Amino acid sequence: MRRRSFALFAAGIIAVQVATGLTGSDFLLTQLTMAAWYGLVVVGLCLLMGYAGQISLGHAAFFAIGGYTTAVLSTVNLLPVKTAPVITALAAVGLTVGGTDAWGSEVLRLSPWLSLVAAVTVSALVAYGIGMPVLRLRGHYLAMATLGFGIIVYRLALGTPLLGGADGLSDTPPFPLFAGLALDGSRAHRLFSYYFSWATVLAVMFLLVNLIGSRAGRALRAIHGNEAAAGAMGIDTSRYKLHLFALSAVIAAVAGVFMTHYTGGIGPAETSVMKSIRYVAIVAVGGMADLWGALIAGTILNFLSLRGFFGTYDDAVFGAVLIAVMLFAPSGIVRKRKL
Amino acid sequence: MPLSLLLQYLFSGITAGGIYAVIAIGFNIIYNATGIINFAQGEFAMLGGMIAISFTAFMPLPAAIACAILVTAALGGVLEFVFIRRMKNPTVIQMIIVTIGLSILLREAALHIWDEKVHSLPYFTGNEISSIRLFGACISPQVLWVLGTCGAVVVSLSLFFAHTPAGRAMRACSADRIGAMLCGINARNMVTLSFMISAAIGALAGCVVSPITATTYDCGMPLAVKGFTVAIIGGLGNSTGAVAAGLLLGIVEALCLAVMPMAFRDVVVIAILLAVLSFKPSGLFGNAASQGQKEF
Repeated sequence: MRRRSFALFAAGIIAVQVATGLTGSDFLLTQLTMAAWYGLVVVGLCLLMGYAGQISLGHAAFFAIGGYTTAVLSTVNLLPVKTAPVITALAAVGLTVGGTDAWGSEVLRLSPWLSLVAAVTVSALVAYGIGMPVLRLRGHYLAMATLGFGIIVYRLALGTPLLGGADGLSDTPPFPLFAGLALDGSRAHRLFSYYFSWATVLAVMFLLVNLIGSRAGRALRAIHGNEAAAGAMGIDTSRYKLHLFALSAVIAAVAGVFMTHYTGGIGPAETSVMKSIRYVAIVAVGGMADLWGALIAGTILNFLSLRGFFGTYDDAVFGAVLIAVMLFAPSGIVRKRKL
Repeated sequence: MPLSLLLQYLFSGITAGGIYAVIAIGFNIIYNATGIINFAQGEFAMLGGMIAISFTAFMPLPAAIACAILVTAALGGVLEFVFIRRMKNPTVIQMIIVTIGLSILLREAALHIWDEKVHSLPYFTGNEISSIRLFGACISPQVLWVLGTCGAVVVSLSLFFAHTPAGRAMRACSADRIGAMLCGINARNMVTLSFMISAAIGALAGCVVSPITATTYDCGMPLAVKGFTVAIIGGLGNSTGAVAAGLLLGIVEALCLAVMPMAFRDVVVIAILLAVLSFKPSGLFGNAASQGQKEF
């Protein structure tokens, strides 16, 4: 069953690529790649909402923390300090990248791999820092606290000159991977970026599906079912919730890092309240505790939204989706399953 | 800081705080009746302002505001009747998600009905430049309207809850829903009524603040976040606490502007919200016992 889901999804990814190739519409792969990264955020949030029963209305903030961390670190020009011992040491192990920026001047930059590590660290630290007080709250209090956290990050991104203010940051370098290939928005790497993105999503899915089936996953489901009962059974509920919150934050941050290098920049809109609500809407459509449902719903909705399919009703569609799902199919529309 | 400047900041804080308090009271009414937080509360204020602005084309200002309040109240009742009432044994997460969905739909509907431009009602008395001097500080007459409205809302609500049959029935539902139903009170209708009152109060707040801060289709969410912060600090469900907390938060916010860039004002306010939630979730003016009654 589990293996079949993965095989089906992988086959679907290849089929879509072949179909776009045959019909000469491989420009669609760009939005499909972006939908993959947004899908990753959704999967992480689904884990938090569906399996631990904790709502987060601030998940876009973690995506943005990842994106902004990498955008700041990977665009610093190290040329003026290139003889400093730290920089020469980094250069010796290949963690610096030379090249030219968007205006043609020569630059020396930190490798995006370093900024990926930094983004994971920062997002994990923030998640633990914010999660420790906030996850003790429930219901409306938790919803408002996470919403407030999202607004704080949005305001900081908007008001800090280092983060580019309302313009955001741009000109992030390609993310170098292997065999000379890199993740970026260029046409030459379009096919590679598409497959790399979806392979990453499937790898994360594999980890999460296994997590859910493990001892920790059963504990989380017990917490969702009845927190007091789970506590009485000897499950350290607050510790599990906190670790899961941090895990889903790190997943969102990683998605933010790759998305930023793929699109070449990030702006404050990525951390707006509406973005966070969209992620929640998609998890709701997928059926709260259904990772595959969330991933499929996220891919379809994000792809349509990115293609501009909803026109000026873009936000309204997500609002309507939220209400319709909650009223008519609280367990999701992609697939019904009892938890 | 000279005294007159300090006073100027204080008055600006009290004005904002009065509005936050009225929004917070709107939250409290629905919370008391149903135990849910209506995330669409800010949109009622936006709608009140927008509808009143449209009506001023056909009728004098007081009539336009009265009509806007009635229309918004009716809309609040309809939303409850169509969406909230339909849900059977909803969980808290479901209620949160539905009211968020409603807030998005109301906002997007306003965007398509009106537009994305900045609108505002005319000043109730005088105009943009008329001011009253008080100890060296200048205040607009509209500030007095805001404070007067805030006071009138608090007084009339406490009279309503203490002395009218409908108000007493709502209090009974809030104290013990099943007990109230056994006494013959239709609890579901009381929930609808609470949405109507709450929408009316939101619309009123949206009208009195419109000359000062203007009304745009997306001005609801920031107001709702501030209003909720005030409701929490004052203790959820506690309307006198909401007024005190509203004035407090408004003044803190105004003093923030004196020392830091505008962009970071909301950061401070929400940091206060997170701090209160973390250390004293029952609020500065609430007590833990009254909060325990509600299911979370």
